[in-house]
Formats: sequence, structure tokens, C-alpha cells
Amino acid sequence: MTIASAITEDAAWIDVGALDDIPRRGARRVHTPAGVVALFRTGDDRLFALKDQCPHKLGPLADGIVCGHAVACPLHNWLIDLETGRPLGADAGKGSTPTVPVAMEAGRVFISAAR
Amino acid sequence: MDRERLVVVGNGMAGCRAVEEILRRDPGRYEIAVFGAEPRVNYNRIMLSPVLAGEKAFADIVLNDEAWYRDNGIGLHAGRAVRALDLERRVVRAEGGLEVPYDRLILATGSDPVRLPLPGGDLRGVVTFRDLDDVEAMVAAADRGGRAVVIGGGLLGLEAAYGLARRGMAVTVVHLMDVLMERQLDSAAGFLLQQALRERGVDVELKAQSTAILGEDGRVAGLALADGRVLPCELLVMAVGIRPNAALARQAGLRVNRGVVVDDAMRTSDPFVHAVGECAEHRGVAYGLVAPIFDMCRTLADVLTDEPDAAYEGSLVSTRLKVSGVDVFSAGRFSGGEGCEDVVFRDAGRGVYKRLVLEGGRLAGAVLFGDAADGPWYVELMRSGADVSELRETLIFGQAATEALGGERPSSAVAAMADTAEICGCNGVCKGEIVRAATAGGHVTLEAVRAHTKASASCGSCTPLVEKLLALTLGDDFQAETGPRPVCGCTRLAHEEVRRRILAEELKSIPHLMQALEWSTPDGCSSCRPALNYYLLCAWPGEYADDAQSRFVNERAHANIQKDGTFSVVPRMWGGVTSARELRAIADVADKFAIPAVKVTGGQRIDLLGVRKEDLPAVWADLGAAGLVSGHAYGKALRTVKTCVGSEWCRFGTQDSTGLGIRIEKFTWGAWTPAKVKMAVSGCPRNCAEATCKDIGVICVDSGYEIHVAGAAGLHIKGTEVLTRVATEDDALELVVAVLQLYREEGFYLERIYKWIARAGLEAVRRRVVDDPQGRRALYDRFAHAQTFAQTDPWAERAGGGHAGEFAPIAPPELMAAE
Repeated sequence: MTIASAITEDAAWIDVGALDDIPRRGARRVHTPAGVVALFRTGDDRLFALKDQCPHKLGPLADGIVCGHAVACPLHNWLIDLETGRPLGADAGKGSTPTVPVAMEAGRVFISAAR
Repeated sequence: MDRERLVVVGNGMAGCRAVEEILRRDPGRYEIAVFGAEPRVNYNRIMLSPVLAGEKAFADIVLNDEAWYRDNGIGLHAGRAVRALDLERRVVRAEGGLEVPYDRLILATGSDPVRLPLPGGDLRGVVTFRDLDDVEAMVAAADRGGRAVVIGGGLLGLEAAYGLARRGMAVTVVHLMDVLMERQLDSAAGFLLQQALRERGVDVELKAQSTAILGEDGRVAGLALADGRVLPCELLVMAVGIRPNAALARQAGLRVNRGVVVDDAMRTSDPFVHAVGECAEHRGVAYGLVAPIFDMCRTLADVLTDEPDAAYEGSLVSTRLKVSGVDVFSAGRFSGGEGCEDVVFRDAGRGVYKRLVLEGGRLAGAVLFGDAADGPWYVELMRSGADVSELRETLIFGQAATEALGGERPSSAVAAMADTAEICGCNGVCKGEIVRAATAGGHVTLEAVRAHTKASASCGSCTPLVEKLLALTLGDDFQAETGPRPVCGCTRLAHEEVRRRILAEELKSIPHLMQALEWSTPDGCSSCRPALNYYLLCAWPGEYADDAQSRFVNERAHANIQKDGTFSVVPRMWGGVTSARELRAIADVADKFAIPAVKVTGGQRIDLLGVRKEDLPAVWADLGAAGLVSGHAYGKALRTVKTCVGSEWCRFGTQDSTGLGIRIEKFTWGAWTPAKVKMAVSGCPRNCAEATCKDIGVICVDSGYEIHVAGAAGLHIKGTEVLTRVATEDDALELVVAVLQLYREEGFYLERIYKWIARAGLEAVRRRVVDDPQGRRALYDRFAHAQTFAQTDPWAERAGGGHAGEFAPIAPPELMAAE
């Protein structure tokens, strides 16, 4: 998505900080009016945002280990696909975590506050 | 297209399991509504006994929380009883007049406890043992203390009695028959059980007939027996059995005997109505145990997802008593008879009694007391009807002995297991799933099957069974791990090889290593990254830059994550010694940050539980001001050195065990290790510091110090082995440190010391740290060098503002302004 237009046209995008605020292969949390969002930065510098809750036992995903485009929940090691919010591997098909639209523009990170 | 409407009456274990099984087969098939009479989510009723005993909380036994219903699009009507079924219009009518139409209806109304028609049965303080309300009533009564009488010496009655005794009541069980659990146990096992219960504060009256419940001011005061005696009590529990709850079905005109009559497809006399669980009667039997109920649910789910051949053919019932420390198991027929022969084993010292009943070369029944580990294996042999005559000699000693002694035999036992037999107890994986993963799924290695099914992925104790099953299923196609096991699915290399090449090829960063060793994933996985980070850290102290993102959150945040996402904080208490000042600082921190729980740990220190992640640096700042530092209770690291008071105070102490413990802890704290390391120093062989179950332990004796290694007291229990004896404290420290460093250099990640020594061999370790003084000194020196980089208090660093991003959320300016 080209975000420049989206940002100007849609006031729902929120500037949450700089890319470098998030460690590579790591995550940070953002408290939004709609709940806590986990922002992930993968090894290839892609950004993802999910509700900060594992579909299994509501574990805080932002505390997990990020590998590839997935995060391992710190509570019971469910592997959650950052792209879809769905569990991978043996836990596939068991619920999902809502994803949050996220975008990057000029080194700044934006999430959609619409949800 | 509209989905078919499925209505389930009953939100208990049967109803929910049926729904789960259907969703697993075809999640989109039905629009599902579930009615439950209890106003709560679905919970594991068989675990009510541990709740009563205070060993579990209600939250621990919830099976499906509200999110589960929501996520699966199931309409839950909890606390809303169904009043009537209209089979003609295919509608259920619930309390308040709500009508819900169905295409398929499942009755899972369970059962009701039987109440004896005794005079006084309606007095306050008379309860049954069936649901959470009963448990709550019993807990409330137990809190007031006093005496309880339980009528019924069956499974349920005994579990109720044990739970009440655990909660401090004086309990008497009144049983009509002359043997406890007479439907499951023979008299020998019943007798042992009675003894074991007495030791746990439960008295038993056998052959005792209740005649009346006596009351005072509307409350129960005692139970009168036919022999004229009166047992005074403030609580009376009736646990004499259950009766299928078939009222709704009967009223609707469905065929009902004892329970709702169903055929092999779990269908009632109306083709659109099914029944499962305790309310159902199948081939004349109404079951009251969980395993048959789950069997029924599987069949029903097959039927409702158009599996034409699905048929339930009855279950072999097995029973296990849930009383802590009393292992009782029973399955099949145990009252022998014509053509039956018994095999009996007794071990008076251990209080073990086992009896197997053989009939025509097949196993027909088993009663196990004191050691019931092989119960499931016996059930499989019974279920499969396998010929066990050749195993007769070893059968009674259990699966492990039979397989060890029987050569080729074990595969037949695996082959004999049903597809539904559970192989992996931790993750609930059954044989059929593993076989499917191997055949249809094309997973031909243990690793692949583990990744796909989770079988053997948790505690690992079923690994040999899984391997055996794969070998049996795949024959020559099974790629047994001939060499050592790979680190994880990202590589074919084993731990040993990775460690060797890190040194040989001077690999000094994770990306460098992954490139050189041809990792198959871009940045590893949550298994290999922490291992690699440790290996590099150990190999290149002072050179390798620790990768926080390759550490588990506990080691990144230097605190222990809890189930609700908060953390626990355990400050170090050197050798378990503390002071008024430290305790005051801990108390102040608990108050200031409203820390909800403060608990003493097994390692002689204090745990602050429920700390919010954002608060951690400030908590540490306050603790640090009083001189408290990180206890590394969260790390694969040196945890504690537990001590007794030793010669300083104790009249038996032979050496200064406290002083030595503190010295060891001061020298070794901060060191990262392959897995956690717990140590202890006891001041005399009475061993009050329990050094003989630690990774490394020291027992002081008059002539010096015994160095112990390789104990364990967790998943496995193992006493230590004596490595050597030394004369001085300096020697003891050098030896402990040398063992620790050898372990750091050669242990595999997550491998505790006892496993490492089992693999490396105690003799080999002894040769290097005892028999070779130069080698020992070199190990000691390498450890001391590494410690110069490791002994920085991580809490102080973070309390001073370091690594702030780990703890604080991002605070976007716009949102800050909006708040």
C-alpha cells in the first residue's frame, strides 16, 4: 500500500514512533484506545502489528521471540503468523489474533486506529 | 446457503467435547447453539476433586472459556435450562420461553447424584458431590472445621473424603459393602486403600448401613447407623452414585430405560436427536467415566459429519483414583473365575500390590495399587485382545521391564494399541494422529512428526514410544536419527557439532554462524536462537555481543513471566541469608508497587509475584538501594546456593556450610549455563540443605567436603552421585567451579547437569576435574575469566535506565495528547 495518500486522506492513521524504536527481530507495545497493540519488526525489516494477545491463553505476544515472519508466544510457545495472526504448525486452525494495519513512511511507523 | 442448525443441550464435558470433535472435522458445517443449566463456562468435572482438595483452582479446570465459544461462533446459553423438546417441529424450548429450532439435536444432559431417601435428607449441611456449587458448599463447611461424614465408599465418595480431610476436617466414610470401591478393587487392594486413607486422616466404616440423618435447628448434627451408633458431624456428603438425567427425553417421548437409549451411531429413537455422555444408555450400559464419554463423542462427531461407518461399540472402562500419593488403578474384570488365572505381585516395603487376570492367553483385568504407571498399557493390551501368553513372565513388572526383557515383543504392544490410544499425555496426541502424520503427512523423522503433531514435544518421556511407532508404521522409510539429534528443524547439525564448529571456525555472531553452518531458515527459530546465543556467549566471553532478541523474555526482562503477562522478581539472598534491612526493603517495595503476592521460594529466597513489566526498573532501583541484586531466578544460569546454618550455630555442624555456600554463590553468580543450576551446601550428613538432589551439592563431613553432582528433583527425581572428597574449602570451591565450567563448555542447551553427566559419563568427568589437577585449574581459570564479564548486576543496569525499550511501551505523542 502506498501510505502517503492513506495518511493524508484517512485521519485514522496514528504516528506511533520511529522504526528504530523497535528492535530488529523484536517488538514493542503501544497502548491505544482500542487496546494494546504489539508492533513487530522482523529480521528483514518488515513491520507487523497484532493485538497483543495469543489466541491460546492470551499471552503477551510482544514478549515473544520473533523468527521469520512469526512470533513464538512466551507462555506456551505457540507460533503465530505475523501476517495473518493465525497459529502455525501443530496449532494451526485454533483461533486467531486480530491484525492491525501498519505502515511505514520516511522512517516513521503508523498504525490504523480504526480498529 | 444456510448452515444446518445444531443445538446441544448440556454444556458439560460431553456436550462440549462433542462440539469440539465436530469442529475439528468440519468447522463450517453447523451453526451451533449450546444450552447449559450451570451459569458458567464449560469445566473439567473430573477435576473437581483436586479443586475440593485445594490442589487446583476453578480457573485451572476451565476447559473452554468464553472466548472459545465466541471464536468458534457458538451461541452459549449458560444458566438457561431447556424445559421441553418438540420433536415434531424440531424446536427446543428454554426457560423464559426462548425457542430455538434445530436440524440436529444432541442431548448431553449428564446425570444427577443419587440422594438416599433418608429421614433428614433435607437438613442444611447435607450435600452431594457433583458440581462446583457442591464443592463450594463443602469448602465453606470445611473452613468452619469440625467433622464430616461421607456416605459412599466409591470413587467419588473417597475423593470427597480426601478433599475434606485435606481441608482440615475429621472425616469418616460410611460404606455399605465390605470393600472400598468394590466395583473396581479386590479386597487386598481395598484394604491397602483403607490404610492409606487412614494415614491421610480419613476413617472408614465398612458394612455400615445408614438409617437416618439427625439434625439440630435445621442443620445436620449426625448420622445414625443401623447398629445403633451415631456419628456426629457438621457436614454430610452423599456420594452413593449417579443416575442418568433423562427427564427431558422421557417427557418428549424418546425411548428411555435407565438412560436415553441410543444405538451405535449415538442416535435416539428419533433420528434427528442424538445423546452422548452420562445421560445415554448404550447396549444396556450407562457410563459414568470420562473416557467412554469421549469415545462416544468421537463417534457422534463422525456420524454428524457424514462418516457412514462410524459406530460406537462400547468402552473398556478403567478407573484411577485422584487422591494425592495414593496410586490406584483398575480396569476390566478382576474377580477371576472359571478359566481365569491370576498373576499377583506384592512389595510390602513400597506398599505395592498388583494383580492381573488372564483368560485364555489374554489380559482380562488389572488392579494396581501403589504403582499404577502401567495402567494405560494394560488397558491397551485388554482393548486390543492381544495374546500375552508369551509375556506372562514379565507382564506384571510393567511395560518397560517386559520390553527390556522381551526383545522383539514391544513392537507388538505398540501395534496392539488402538488408534485412539494416547501416546503423548502432555499434548494429548493419540496413536492415530502420529500414524497419519507419518503416512498421509509424509513426515518420516521424529523431529518432523514432533513439529507436526506436538507428540513428545513437551516433557519428552514418550519419545521412545513415538520412535517405536514410527518404525512400526514406516518400516524402512523411517529415518531414525542415527547420529545425535539435530538442534532443531532449522539444521541437520547436532548440538555437539555446532559447539565444535563455533570454536574451530571462530564463529562469533548468530548471522555468521547461520551462514557458515547453512541454517535452513532466515533467522532460526525460538528453539535454536537461545541455544546459539548461549554457545557463542560461552565460547567467546568478552567478545561476543549478547543478542537480547535471541533470549527468552525472562532473560531479556530479567524477571519471570507469569500466566497473566506480569512478572515475578526474586532478589538474591546469598546462601539464603538475609537481614532486617533487606526484608524491610522488600516489604516497602511490595507496598509501594502494590505487588499482589509475596512468596518464599524453595531456594531460600523471596519471590515478589505480579509485578507489571513497566514497573520492573523502578522496583529494582528500590531493591538495589538496599543492596539487593538480581537472583537470576528467571535464567538458564546459577540460581541459588542453598545452605544450612552449619558449624556457626548447629550443634551437629562439622564445617561452616553457610560461609562456603555464600562463597560459592559470590563466585558463580551471573554465570550463564546450558540450563538452570541449583546448588546446596549441607553442614553435616543430616543434609538439611538437601544437597543430594541438587545439580551440584556439597556435604560437609568432619574430615572435609564431599562433592556431589547430578541430582535432580523436578520432572525427574534423582539423588546425586559423589564425585570426590576434598580436605579444604578452597579445594571444594575449585572443584565445584571446575565441574560448572566443564558443564558450561560441553553441556547441550537446556540439558541439566544430571543429563549431561549421564551422557558424558561420571568417570569421564571425574578424570577431568578430579584426576587432572592442571585441567581442573584451567577450567577454573576459564570460568574466572568469563565471570569478569558476567558479574554485572542486570537489575542495576536497567534501574539506571538501560534497555528502557524492553520495559516501557512506545508512547506516541498523538495518543498521549488524546488521553
